[in-house]
Amino acid sequence: MYAQMIKSTGQGVKSLEEMDPQERAFQERINAGGKIEPKDWMPDGYRKNLIRQIGQHAHSEIVGQLPEGNWITRAPTLERKAILLAKVQDEAGHGLYLYCAAETLGVSRDQLTRDLLSGKMKYSSIFNYPTLTWADMGAVGWLVDGAAIMNQVPLQRTSYGPYARAMVRICKEESFHQRQGYDIMMKMAKGTDAQRKMAQDALNRFWGPALMMFGPSDENSVHSAQSMAWKIKMNSNDELRQKFVDECVPQAEYLGLTVPDPDLKWNEERGHYDFTQPDWDEFFDVLKGNGPCNTERLAAHNKAWDDGAWVRDGLMAHAAKKRAAKLAAE
Amino acid sequence: MSTSQTEPNKGELFEFLCRMGDNTLVLGHRVSEWCGHAPVLEEDIALANTALDLIGQTTLWLDLAGKVEDAGRDADRLAFHRDVWDFRNLLLVEQPNGDFGQTIMRQFLFDAWHLSQLTALMESSDAQIAAIAEKSSKEATYHLERATDTVIGLGDGTDESHRRMQNALDLLWPYVGEMFVADAVDEAMVAAGIAPDPASLRPAYDTLVNDVFTAATLTKPQDDFGHRGGKSGKRHSEHLGHMLTQMQWLQRAYPDATW
Repeated sequence: MYAQMIKSTGQGVKSLEEMDPQERAFQERINAGGKIEPKDWMPDGYRKNLIRQIGQHAHSEIVGQLPEGNWITRAPTLERKAILLAKVQDEAGHGLYLYCAAETLGVSRDQLTRDLLSGKMKYSSIFNYPTLTWADMGAVGWLVDGAAIMNQVPLQRTSYGPYARAMVRICKEESFHQRQGYDIMMKMAKGTDAQRKMAQDALNRFWGPALMMFGPSDENSVHSAQSMAWKIKMNSNDELRQKFVDECVPQAEYLGLTVPDPDLKWNEERGHYDFTQPDWDEFFDVLKGNGPCNTERLAAHNKAWDDGAWVRDGLMAHAAKKRAAKLAAE
Repeated sequence: MSTSQTEPNKGELFEFLCRMGDNTLVLGHRVSEWCGHAPVLEEDIALANTALDLIGQTTLWLDLAGKVEDAGRDADRLAFHRDVWDFRNLLLVEQPNGDFGQTIMRQFLFDAWHLSQLTALMESSDAQIAAIAEKSSKEATYHLERATDTVIGLGDGTDESHRRMQNALDLLWPYVGEMFVADAVDEAMVAAGIAPDPASLRPAYDTLVNDVFTAATLTKPQDDFGHRGGKSGKRHSEHLGHMLTQMQWLQRAYPDATW
């Protein structure tokens, strides 16, 4: 999940009877599976909530370029380098569609960027973990993109049209990303002793943070209840986390790797794996800014933005000159 | 080109193919260093796209080089297991990224040569070279378009962007001459109808870059001195070795692994 801890109105879900006719019509349309489009009326809370959620998702795609970009110049073959470049380029493209989707709600990309760079808006905490070996490119694709897909596939049915449509394209690409990650893991897990060690180490370091991507349990959260009523959140965090564990465990077994959870076991009665919750204290620490890479990720983006100011200004100035010349010629 | 036919020896053809592949490998690597750090999202995507094209072209050139050499080396073996003195790229493409202006000026100076070289190679007497050139020329065409627009936009933008682009041009112009100097390898390629005489590409290059610099309000340096030593491999800059330590590290550290 690339959006986490999204707060809604905090006021609990209104019943249809409590709504005025306009809001009731809006909610009934959502209940019937209809889409809300940019020019349609929508409650302020819905708009604000979506801006936060889509904006955070976009920021995650953008900051998510860094941990993988970290290995592009060290990719071990030309093919791996090309695949990784294509993947990171896709992430930037996802950021672009999502910023466009957010713009349909009346916020500018520049504003969202300023809020990311100032630390006001968050991005997924998973990107505050370092990528230390080539196997991390495998683990990130397999687990991080895997967890993202788990959340994003249902979002293709989300109530806000531009968001749902952006998600259709994103999901296609994410599915390629996950497969390339698993493919790297296969090579590593079936490779030399050193490669197997790298693969296991990557799984050890990314398992907990991947489980955290779904966010803490939200069974009793008023924010989640509202988002689910608006169909901008489709499943509970625990539900998605369980699904993720159920899918990943056999995949890890196939790789011959050990999921770093001594209490992990199949529960016949539930038809699911029982597993240990990740370290939620660590999650809140990272969220507060104390993850291993929070400072450097934000610093890298601020530096890129500041260093690039003259480029943006230069191109804008040239475009203005061209417009003026065209007007003068007319 | 396809009319005169004096078969080149294997070594010369291998050398020529390494020159083509090493240019795209080294420049592709340099451009990929920008990933996630570009001035604006669209540029990040465009730079990654350029790098991706160049790495793809590298695979084609170096795989063919390996086949010609016939010593069991494929593109990866050539890319990741040669040392500095075996690289045959132009000095221009190994120059560090510097600021965005230097990166885009380097790209423009290269693309303007690359597209005309590829266009000529499409007529090569060697069908495989002609086919790679045809595929690559489509990519080089839009690389050149984009680099041209950006050089003009920034040259004729603000005072600061103009100053930075002029600095980039002054810094990189001395690396242009090497593209057009022929040596024994080039002469053998010309004799076999495989590749054009490098000097024959210069007039069109000069016309193109002069037009772009005029539109960009930039002044081409008077001195046409050109550093040499990249394409012959005789004397690379210090930068290439550092690049290779990063690029080749995994392959060198774990030589028995497959990835």
